[in-house]
Amino acid sequence: MNKILYFGFLFIFLLLLQVFVLNNILFLGYINPYLYIAFVFHYPLKENRFPFLLASFLLGLSIDFFLDSGGIHAFSILSIAYLRLIFVKIYFRKIPLDYPFFKLQSESFGKVFNYVITLTVIHHFIFFTFANFSFQNISHVLLNTIYSSVFTLILFFLGTYIFRKKE
Amino acid sequence: MQQLVYFFKKFKYFLFFILLQFIAIALTFNNLNFHKSKYVNSANSITGGFYSKISNFSDYLNLKSENEILSNENRRLKNQLEKNNFSSIDFDSLAIDSVNFKQKYTYTNAKIIKNNYTKAFNFITLNKGKNHGVSHEMAVINSKGIIGITDNTSNNYTRVQSILNKNSKINARLKNSFYFGTLIWDGKDYNKVQLIDIPRQAILNIGDTIETGGRSTIFPEGIPIGIVLKINKGNSTDNKIDITLFNDMSNLGFVYVVKSLYKEEIQSIEIIEDE
Repeated sequence: MNKILYFGFLFIFLLLLQVFVLNNILFLGYINPYLYIAFVFHYPLKENRFPFLLASFLLGLSIDFFLDSGGIHAFSILSIAYLRLIFVKIYFRKIPLDYPFFKLQSESFGKVFNYVITLTVIHHFIFFTFANFSFQNISHVLLNTIYSSVFTLILFFLGTYIFRKKE
Repeated sequence: MQQLVYFFKKFKYFLFFILLQFIAIALTFNNLNFHKSKYVNSANSITGGFYSKISNFSDYLNLKSENEILSNENRRLKNQLEKNNFSSIDFDSLAIDSVNFKQKYTYTNAKIIKNNYTKAFNFITLNKGKNHGVSHEMAVINSKGIIGITDNTSNNYTRVQSILNKNSKINARLKNSFYFGTLIWDGKDYNKVQLIDIPRQAILNIGDTIETGGRSTIFPEGIPIGIVLKINKGNSTDNKIDITLFNDMSNLGFVYVVKSLYKEEIQSIEIIEDE
């Protein structure tokens, strides 16, 4: 019950943070971080993946409602939500029995860094490809992917460092 | 049958994923189509309400510049009024036939509560909706020039397709020669739009003013757009011209929504012509 409340709160917090703060940053005129994908990194691994996929989809869709972007946020966040398990297997070498005990905080920084950077770049690339929706400005898409990924990653690691629980 | 159940069990997450992705793709494609984008937009009471709350706070920062714009517009309109007064002294006031006067447009003022200009498909949200007489396909302008066309309305909020949208196509002409073309945006710079399909015999100079043509049923005639920045001479088929906008699209406040009173009448004639 506590967990559901926590992730409900995280959902709303990330949604409002993205829409009202991060989308107005426009560093150098066009670079924005997309920190709402932190939801995918922090949601616990479970055997039943339906609630997780649905929640990620709804988070993307809510952001689409605010930003008038059709379904591109929903599409890109759902993609990494589905691909997450593959990269957990590759980087952390976990089997389904380990899932309940998996925590991002207790893993080594190098592995977490690789895992987060891969999913972030995949998400940003899918997102900017759909946002552009043509092959004309492909260099624009690639540059945006790189710049925004760096921005998102800096904010994500700063955020996890600040909100880390002291043990 | 056993095989089928086994298949669904094995691929249940993948099938669920594909289903949701399909929904997202369908919404994306619908959003790109001006006449179909009904479902996902910020002109509903929840998102619109949030945006108007936030914009209530941030408006205080722009009060000074908004006042300046307003007083400049007032000055321009007062000067126009004075000119009319002067020229009508010659006529007998009874000779002005008020029965023949036909109003073509009505203006509603509105405030922008959300503005995008960095993406390829940009939309703006206004704080007026169906309750204030705003509906689908109306022109949105301010004192400096054009801004966009309304596409979705809820009771209290309206979504506007900005001219900074790759789908936007607006009839525009040269101010001094009446040659007309189509105004589009290539998705790169929010200060620059493009004018295509302008006839080759049109004489163009850098610095010429571009305004809306009277051929659209949405925009009134003669609303300023921008000035010619670059003319691409060469053998390109579309004869593309770069235009700098008068409006700074990143800094917009109050706007007017223009309702054309004869839109249905004009469109009903044009439909007959097409067949």
